[in-house]
Amino acid sequence: MITVKNLSKSFDGNTVLKDISITFEQGKTNLIIGRSGSGKTVLLKSILGLYEVDEGEIWFNDRNLVNMGEKERKALRRELGMVFQGGALFDSINVEGNVRFPLDMFTHMSSAEKQKRVEFCLDHVNIEKQAFKLSPSEISGGMQKRVAIARAIALNPKYLFCDEPNSGLDPETATVIDQLIQSLTKEFQMTTLINTHDMNSVIEIGESVLFISKGEKEWVGTKHDILNSNNQKLEDFIFANKLYAQMKRGQ
Amino acid sequence: MGFFFHIGRYFVMLKKVFARPERLKMYIRQLFLEIDNLGVNSVWIVLIISIFIGGIMTIQFAHAMENPLYPSELVGLGTRDTLLLEFSSTMLALIMAGKVGSNITSEIGTMRVTEQIDSLEIMGVNSASYLILPKIIAVVFIFPFLYIISVFFGLLGGLVTGPLVGVITIPEYIDGIQWLFYPYFITFSIIKCLVFGFLIASVSAYFGYYVQGGALEVGKASTKAVVNTNILILFFDLILTRLLLT
Repeated sequence: MITVKNLSKSFDGNTVLKDISITFEQGKTNLIIGRSGSGKTVLLKSILGLYEVDEGEIWFNDRNLVNMGEKERKALRRELGMVFQGGALFDSINVEGNVRFPLDMFTHMSSAEKQKRVEFCLDHVNIEKQAFKLSPSEISGGMQKRVAIARAIALNPKYLFCDEPNSGLDPETATVIDQLIQSLTKEFQMTTLINTHDMNSVIEIGESVLFISKGEKEWVGTKHDILNSNNQKLEDFIFANKLYAQMKRGQ
Repeated sequence: MGFFFHIGRYFVMLKKVFARPERLKMYIRQLFLEIDNLGVNSVWIVLIISIFIGGIMTIQFAHAMENPLYPSELVGLGTRDTLLLEFSSTMLALIMAGKVGSNITSEIGTMRVTEQIDSLEIMGVNSASYLILPKIIAVVFIFPFLYIISVFFGLLGGLVTGPLVGVITIPEYIDGIQWLFYPYFITFSIIKCLVFGFLIASVSAYFGYYVQGGALEVGKASTKAVVNTNILILFFDLILTRLLLT
């Protein structure tokens, strides 16, 4: 579980996040939605510790990230998995090597154990063996995302972060990625945070949804609650998506 | 202010670079890859440039020493000392700043803009150390070898070109390159190579590591890295020459 309390963050006097408080539960897919520039990525990167916050607390169960020293942060980071918007796979190593990298760096497993773990992770994200030796530039965008997910779960993380995992993917592949993230969240009982502005993802896997607007927490609920919400800003956001508007009208 | 900001941030980066590695084995593996990528892959260009420059210098020295009062050995001596003192260390460093330096900046810069560096940080890897330390060690390690290769092939270039165009005979040239030889010149130049190697790798890495934006900014950072490294190489050349040679 991750609990954020009164989080604020600004850049050069420009406030990006204002007094955000929210709890992200374990075993659920927690979505952060909002327009581009609303502060979603800043919130995610602040929780990850990539940005120092101005005010507030970020609790990973009973550990407050804000008060942690460098050593404690490093230890915590080994419990985190992250899927970046562009995949962020290492160009210089192949698919297999990307998944093996965290194992090489942080575990004392034997070569055979590492290979087994790599195959387990890649198998979980439906990557076929023929693709193991390919470089990231030789595989499709959807496959890159799946390899990034495999790398993120290689060390059995307690917390999984996904920054717009569907961006640049066709709707079918995007649905596959959404379902994959949800099933892995359930299987490994991770606390998963997904940053998205894709309403299809909300419909698909939005077990808990935080809507932020101009850096402020505007609305919290589930995918089912969204249809009955009277929040004007949320309605403006979701009505931009015609399919969602039709669903709300019961068409 | 910008100048002091960059100096300060450069040293902050160096502090991170020289931190204790998370897994030494991974760093050593990376070091061998960098020696191959940055060093061994540069041998051909060093070799070709040195042969041509050696040949050109021999012809030019022969042309300048046409007066019969000058001993013919001066052609070999001039070629040798120019290679030993300046070309194979300083000029080669300027060339390497273009080839190796821009390679380092663009590689690290691309990793920055594609979030690969963030990815390393989130895993708990000291990205500055993992990406930059092996490059610095590789360039500092390989540079003296490139210097020796450059001197050897530069002299060989003169040996082939001089007699071929008829400006000097082989015995005169060989006598010249052995005449008034000071072994300290090699020590002096190897010290310069170590300093230049460090500058090339660390300054180029600095510009790549802190790049912000996209592909265009990575290109601009590469240009900035080459320009700044070249200025620093010449500045340190002046200081080292003053300190160690006069």
